[in-house]
Amino acid sequence: MEHEAVMEMHHTTTGIPHRKVLIWTFIGSECMLFGSLIAGYLAYRGRSVVGPYPEDLLNIPFITVTTFVLLMSSLAMVLALSAVQRGNRRGSIIWLAATAVLGMIFLGGQYIEFSHFVHEGLGLSRNLFSATFFLLTGTHGAHVTVGVIWLLSLLGMELKGNLGPGKAEIVEVAGLYWHFVDVVWIVLFTVIYLLV
Amino acid sequence: MSQTQSHGHSEPHTSNKTYVLVAAVLAMVTAVEVMVFYLEALRPVIVPILVVLSAAKFSLVAAFFMHLKYDGRLLRSLFAGPLFVAIAIILAMMALYGAFAVGAA
Amino acid sequence: MSHDTYGGGVRSWMTTVDHKRIGIMYFVSAIVFFFVGGLEALLIRLQLGSPENTLISADLYNQLFTMHGTTMVFLAVMPLSSAFFNFLIPLQIGARDVAFPRLNAFSFWIFLFGGLFLNSSFLFGGAPDAGWFGYANLTSTQYSPGIRVDYWVLGLQLLGISSIASALNFIVTIINLRAPGMRFMRMPPFTWMTLLTSFLLILAFPAITVGLVMLMFDRTFGTNFFNPAAGGDVLLWQHLFWIFGHPEVYILILPAFGVISEVIPTFSRKTLFGYPFIIYSGVLIAFLGFGVWAHHMFAVGLGPIANSVFSAGTMLIAIPTGVKIFNWIATMWGGRLRMDTPLYFAIGFIAMFIIGGLSGIMHASPPTDLQQTDTYFIVAHFHYVLFGGTVFALFAGMYYWIPKVTGRLLHEGLGKLHFWLMFVSFNLTFFPMHFLGMNGMPRRTFTYLPGLGFDLMNLVSTAGSLLLGASMLVFVWNLVRSFRRGSPAGRNPWNAATLEWSLPSPPPHYNFRTIPEVGGRDPLWRPGGAEVDPEDPTAPEPVMPSPSGWPMLLALGPVIAATGALLSSLLVVFVGVAVVVVSVYGWAFQPLER
Ligand code: HEM
Ligand SMILES: [Cu+2]
Repeated sequence: MEHEAVMEMHHTTTGIPHRKVLIWTFIGSECMLFGSLIAGYLAYRGRSVVGPYPEDLLNIPFITVTTFVLLMSSLAMVLALSAVQRGNRRGSIIWLAATAVLGMIFLGGQYIEFSHFVHEGLGLSRNLFSATFFLLTGTHGAHVTVGVIWLLSLLGMELKGNLGPGKAEIVEVAGLYWHFVDVVWIVLFTVIYLLV
Repeated sequence: MSQTQSHGHSEPHTSNKTYVLVAAVLAMVTAVEVMVFYLEALRPVIVPILVVLSAAKFSLVAAFFMHLKYDGRLLRSLFAGPLFVAIAIILAMMALYGAFAVGAA
Repeated sequence: MSHDTYGGGVRSWMTTVDHKRIGIMYFVSAIVFFFVGGLEALLIRLQLGSPENTLISADLYNQLFTMHGTTMVFLAVMPLSSAFFNFLIPLQIGARDVAFPRLNAFSFWIFLFGGLFLNSSFLFGGAPDAGWFGYANLTSTQYSPGIRVDYWVLGLQLLGISSIASALNFIVTIINLRAPGMRFMRMPPFTWMTLLTSFLLILAFPAITVGLVMLMFDRTFGTNFFNPAAGGDVLLWQHLFWIFGHPEVYILILPAFGVISEVIPTFSRKTLFGYPFIIYSGVLIAFLGFGVWAHHMFAVGLGPIANSVFSAGTMLIAIPTGVKIFNWIATMWGGRLRMDTPLYFAIGFIAMFIIGGLSGIMHASPPTDLQQTDTYFIVAHFHYVLFGGTVFALFAGMYYWIPKVTGRLLHEGLGKLHFWLMFVSFNLTFFPMHFLGMNGMPRRTFTYLPGLGFDLMNLVSTAGSLLLGASMLVFVWNLVRSFRRGSPAGRNPWNAATLEWSLPSPPPHYNFRTIPEVGGRDPLWRPGGAEVDPEDPTAPEPVMPSPSGWPMLLALGPVIAATGALLSSLLVVFVGVAVVVVSVYGWAFQPLER
């Protein structure tokens, strides 16, 4: 009875949980963040006055593999959510861990790519390509990193047994974030790598 | 925006089979994209083809993995509205920077 | 105050998650910053009072106008609007609090810390001095060595976090916490304008965030985003800034539109004329606002096609704006006007905003703008829309709602004195600037030569500004007086129609004991509406979220990190990040109500 008011606060006008509306609104804001970065990248395309230029360095086969890894992490993510919703603890643990690991592989790939570029003389401040490229993909990488930490925290909760179907909502919200980051990469893969 | 009644609680929307199928399609489209990239013959039309293919992947993830296909109109507009503004601004900036100028590559 | 169970003390304010208390803190901070910005303006005016004046050096002048603009926009007007959002939105939609009470506290703290951070620059080596728009490449390390511009970059990033966090919160709150029956098209116009403003915030801020990061990279890591020698384009900054900046001007004005749309019906005893038109024209303004940014760049040489497109878009926006003005006038038409102070300010708003809107349409045309841009004509324009518009409207709102906040009425006589003083001195200060601009006096220069025909107008303007400053003191006196011996306001001193007026003044910490049912627009004016009494003593007292110290601590993290960036100390940055990580976990694992 005492908790009547609290219940009231969790009850929502639209029937959609607050957190879910929040994450979608946040994703809307993120669209503008990446939109501005992409606009900057495209505005400066082909304007570098010294090399190396994108076509000298971008390694399509390599990045195709990491792209594939990130796509599959999204699959792992939905499977994780579905396992949590069904109360399948083993599945939750496996798929949450898989998602995080795939995300880390992607980040490792980005690390290899970045250090290769730097090694080839394309440091951050080398030219406009390097500046826009590192800013754009770096921002994306930072988002993946936050996602990995988030997933590992959820994994920690599941391992302690704190995550049953009653808490599926927080996994769903993390998943929405994760898929959005994936979707951004789908765009970047095309804009940066395939349409050089 | 209107009142949207939708699943208040998270429950599975889709079978895992569908998810795996969607992922397979995503992988395949990615492979096709890379193929298009390497095919000299397609060079002149590479931009429209790749834009369409990546838009398709984008929509698949949004619709199935992010459940927009099943969730209410409200969430869809919360995503679509900002996305529209962002795309419009990217296009306007491309135009301002001469991407669509006659004779531009 | 029987239902007040806050407990007292500074600590209770530091850990509060109550939207009303957060609103009050926003209000007090914003007013203080408003006075800081006002003081800067008075110094500027004193310097310009006579030709070749030497009161203030060119260097200090640059700092003053930069900090004046930055302070007024980000630290005074926006947070003052936030004060209204915070206090009123849950009350207007029939909710007990916002959707995320702790996030709300976080937004406030990071705003306050960001504002203090920015202003602390005066003490350490000088304040930012590159204008509130920070045009590249004036902001490059070559032309702005030292840390002044870094202060500005980091300060704005902190304020951006605050704005986005709070806007996300209000979007969710308005979508998800409306009382039963409160459909979107029944929401009070102020709630609607808050919703639109919040969308503008989450969509506009990312653009400047990106621009600021690029600028920071240029300054710290030696990239060349805005360095023409390396192929960079200084106009990219202007684009990113105004993609944010134009929506930002609507962020500043839409809340004012909301306030006016509440005050005018109440004091005309008539429901708002053409409610759907007010709402839809607001939606249209917000949307079109993203497509007109380059009207701030007519003089940079984008070419005739771009200029024509952006000019047409700008003129288009004037249409929904005009629609609103007609609606307000039509609401008053034939109403039983009750001439209290809020209505004075509201009518003042309409008149002043029309003048500012008209000069806006003038420079929407590129050939005209080429004569006006960077002159005092522009300064006149945006002060008519921002001060004559937004600030007049916010004062209307303060006279209207402060009795709800404090439970005491303000003094009508002092209120009207304040209005007349402010109205006359505002026009004395800013109207002459139209002529100055037309005669060619440039913006952002610290002095001018005698004999150019500028002397008299500048003197009038400076005299006006001193009077304008004095009028603010009348307001403060009125406020203090009402705390001490204002007459009790009661629940609904103005016989207004929206839900907040059904509650005691000040409202209990849980707002509504039982959540009201809403049967239509203007709920308290509906048959039986006046008897809406949510204080049903048989209902149990609602349990509210517990206080929490995490939001304030979390807000401290980015500020520490920013300080580290300023000092180029990686260690301090890491401390900031550590504070963020610890407080995020602390917060996440602390239950909302204990
Ligand atoms: C009828 C509506 C309006 C029109 C057509 C309009 C048009 C314009 C144009 C074309 C400029 C650029 C002038 C130049 O720099 O050469 C401008 C500047 C400005 N406007 Fe407006 N405007 C309108 C309403 C507003 C409102 C509602 C606000 C804020 C509440 C506002 C605030 C400003 C500010 C701050 C600037 C100057 C920015 C700067 O250079 O620092 N305007 N306006
Ligand atoms: Cu504008």
